[in-house]
Amino acid sequence: MTTTQALGWTREQMAQRAAVDIPNGAYVNLGIGIPELVAKYVPEGREVIYHTENGLLGMGPTPGPGEGDPELINAGKRQVTSIRGAAFFHHADSFVMIRGGHIDLCVLGAMQVAQNGDLANWSTGAPDAIPAVGGAMDLVAGVKTIHVITQHTTKTGEPKLVASCTYPLTGPGVVDRIYTDLAVINVGPEGFHVMELAPGVTFDFVKERTEGNLVPAASFVSETE
Amino acid sequence: MIDKRVESVAEAVADIPNGATVMIGGFGEAGSPIELIHALIDQGAKDLTVVNNNTGSGEVGLAALIKAERVARMICSFPRTANSTVFPELYRAGKTELELVPQGTLAERIRAGGAGIPAFYTPTSFGTPLQASKEVRSFGGREYVMEHGLVADFALIKCERADRYGNLVYNKTARNFSPVMATAATTTIVQTKKIVEPGDLEPEAVVTPSIFVHRIVTVPAPLIESELVAAGATYP
Repeated sequence: MTTTQALGWTREQMAQRAAVDIPNGAYVNLGIGIPELVAKYVPEGREVIYHTENGLLGMGPTPGPGEGDPELINAGKRQVTSIRGAAFFHHADSFVMIRGGHIDLCVLGAMQVAQNGDLANWSTGAPDAIPAVGGAMDLVAGVKTIHVITQHTTKTGEPKLVASCTYPLTGPGVVDRIYTDLAVINVGPEGFHVMELAPGVTFDFVKERTEGNLVPAASFVSETE
Repeated sequence: MIDKRVESVAEAVADIPNGATVMIGGFGEAGSPIELIHALIDQGAKDLTVVNNNTGSGEVGLAALIKAERVARMICSFPRTANSTVFPELYRAGKTELELVPQGTLAERIRAGGAGIPAFYTPTSFGTPLQASKEVRSFGGREYVMEHGLVADFALIKCERADRYGNLVYNKTARNFSPVMATAATTTIVQTKKIVEPGDLEPEAVVTPSIFVHRIVTVPAPLIESELVAAGATYP
């Protein structure tokens, strides 16, 4: 690694690492932003069905130029395609899938994650902000497993993994695993359990940039020290 | 003979009064009944409560209705999108109210309203600011928030094909909220791209059965919101 390279994983590499943990046969909902990148990195040989909460099970990739339909979009309101074997449905059915616990895995972005699994990802709570929640609260309340992809710190270097969220919650105690640019971290009984570090990143480097209780997971083996 | 067709979008929305609650189908531009919304702007009804997932885009369709200051109150889940500037300005100026509802709770409130269910419990929003002062009850060791069913005086929706009875099918993800809104409104008004003969819609494939539909108007080539917004169009 040269000194000009930033330490840790890029956005694409974070998505790639998260994709490794998507099981064959899973029904998956991907949030807007880095989570959207996960689909293209799911390892070959696994078949995964993507749900988008505006009413499609079997979402395919972005259409080619001139091939899109403004009435075939994803939850981020971008044009998508449907795979052979897809299904369209109305919003109440779509959220039955989410709220009824039928979706296996959701990968979401985050503003803050607390050491007890609390997630804040919809509002800074600023008085002049226009609050907008979409389906985030439904997803975290209903989907079986919640994975988060986020930079480890904000652009100004503030920890996003915290002892307790200062932003308004999306849901309490909902996050199972976090993929950051520095590490893969499970939320467990002692707080943030480090499962894996990005190349060249040390446990102490991560700890300095984390506000809550950070411990090595039982399975964790340091590669770099 | 049952025939729910009306001649024009103006006729279809003519009796929507001031102060009405109007559900408007669509998720972003997909399924937005833009011609019915424009007819409602022309008609002049004000102090409306509007139920839609978003608050429109640019200055056409729902955004134009809001811009014309006809909407006293929005019930929605996501009022802030890339090309949505009209609602934030009026909201900050105190000219329109916002009831923010999680998207799935919004869909289920409408479904419950249409099904005659006054309230239900959901884990969504428990422990968050949107739970606010709502009743919370514990079932099986988990906490649930009580939400009320939602009904409307009118629903404005768009579909792909309809017959004169009001059986409807939709296009892809343009379906979104429309089938549940059709069940929850006293008067459901539909704009369809195409009218077909009764029997031409496969009964196994009908999405909205005719009992939920009251008026149908044909709009063969509806405007495409994103094209209007890209061209900087405004309405009226």
